[in-house]
Amino acid sequence: MTVVEFLTDPWHLPFMRRAFAVAVITGLVCGVVGVYVVLRGMAFIGEAVSHSAFPGVALAYAVQGNLLLGGALAGLTTSLLIALVSQNRRLKEDTVIGVFFSCAFGLGIVLVSTQDSWSTDLSSFLFGQVLAVGPEDVWTAAAAGAVLVAVVLLLSKELVAVSLDRETARAAGLPVLRLDLVLYTVVTATIVLSLEAVGNVLVLSLLITPAAAARMLTERLWATTLLASAFGGAGALAGLYVSYAYDLAAGGSIVSVLTALFVLTWCLAPRHGLLTRARRHRRRGPREPYAPPGPGPGPGPTKGTALSG
Amino acid sequence: MNTAEPLLQVRDVRVVLGGRTAVQDTCLTVRGGELLGLLGPNGAGKTTVLRAVLGLVPLAGGDVLIGGLPAGRARHLVGYVPQRHEFAWDFPVDVSGAVLSGRTRSIGWLRRAGAADRAAAEEALERVGLAELRRRPVGELSGGQRQRVLVARALASDPGLLLLDEPFTGVDVPTQELLNDLFGRLAAEGKGLLMTTHDLAAAARTCTRVALLNRTVVAEGGPGLLADPAQMLRAFGLDTAIGVTA
Repeated sequence: MTVVEFLTDPWHLPFMRRAFAVAVITGLVCGVVGVYVVLRGMAFIGEAVSHSAFPGVALAYAVQGNLLLGGALAGLTTSLLIALVSQNRRLKEDTVIGVFFSCAFGLGIVLVSTQDSWSTDLSSFLFGQVLAVGPEDVWTAAAAGAVLVAVVLLLSKELVAVSLDRETARAAGLPVLRLDLVLYTVVTATIVLSLEAVGNVLVLSLLITPAAAARMLTERLWATTLLASAFGGAGALAGLYVSYAYDLAAGGSIVSVLTALFVLTWCLAPRHGLLTRARRHRRRGPREPYAPPGPGPGPGPTKGTALSG
Repeated sequence: MNTAEPLLQVRDVRVVLGGRTAVQDTCLTVRGGELLGLLGPNGAGKTTVLRAVLGLVPLAGGDVLIGGLPAGRARHLVGYVPQRHEFAWDFPVDVSGAVLSGRTRSIGWLRRAGAADRAAAEEALERVGLAELRRRPVGELSGGQRQRVLVARALASDPGLLLLDEPFTGVDVPTQELLNDLFGRLAAEGKGLLMTTHDLAAAARTCTRVALLNRTVVAEGGPGLLADPAQMLRAFGLDTAIGVTA
């Protein structure tokens, strides 16, 4: 098989075309939204929201309703409860999250236990079903993704001000609580949107990992956002190719590719990566008593000559 | 004495935090051209007074007027310089972006910063001597530079009243001198400044007036009030609470 064949082969299959479309849309949107999740330290709430969608899906399954809608409602309810309850400064947010998300997941398990048997519907919710999406799913994902990205970009000035300094933002008269609720809602909707691509268990990877990799490479918000989105889209695409070529689970393949990307940036990032830090450390040498930490631009990543200095 | 409308009037303010009265019967006035230093030991309620003025804690009694308006309607008149740990220094933003974020409210929803906003941010940067570092990520700044970023962010919205929470804590001597000089010039331009500090020397050097706070205003007067701080503080039982090095 030539490279061209490898690249074009899956596109002959309609279900693969749809899978590519949904996975890439999901990756792009998750990259944009994930930047805020990473920068605000909201990884745990992402985990919580994705798991708390579970009882909604189980309930929707029991009453034969729309699984995605059920998941969205349950996830949204939980994340809004977390946002409200954690306004009380006596409790840290992660504590409140821990209370609500384990409660929601437990509720989901209770609901599932009332059913006679597990079905493929439920397992596809847990592990994704990107190879089984219909044409209408592609359009739904595209429209929802466009709305989510638009909301984040239109509110980015306010979201940045709140992320930088909540107290001063509130003192300036910004509606901090309402902005939090919007962000939580966007995160929840993004997670529900991603359920088809990678499923409930792996969705956090799509949200966090591209943004984390992008954060290793840049000190600008717009660059972080662009890179995270590109990583998310490219990772989803490459993951599906791997899945197709070796007949592996699609969601798991996407997550593996994204994680490999993160490990690469973590090691090779020009300024903050493992290699650069090691090189800097070696060049400073044990005998030199002091070397300025040097906030200026770091050494280029490919200049191997500095190694011996 | 300046007889114009005071920029800030704190009248009989009482704040209860977690069932405990943090400050009570607190009255303060700041007029244009004044730099009022709010002094007291840890736990005296200095930051609480600032937070009350900013509307960040509810008042259990009294009221706050800013430029003659109820504080809730005068947010745009106030610039706030919080303590440095309030700011997310690991966020991917450069110095000029951080300063521009001080104009978020005045730029308004769904709009991007315009030329006037950028010019205001640039002017604020120049005032704190950071224009050279405008493209530097905030995470790479020293403590003194970070303090100057926070001051510039507050100045970017051109407020009439500036509230500063411990601006001299943990900054190097050149930054102290620069800020000292800057605060003096801001006051000379007719702005009002209210600054909390537990650094008596800095207060004596910088402030046009000082108020000693211990749950309420214990004494108020010119910086001469601090001429004999040991005696001053002993008078209300604080001599062991802070290190007095008069």
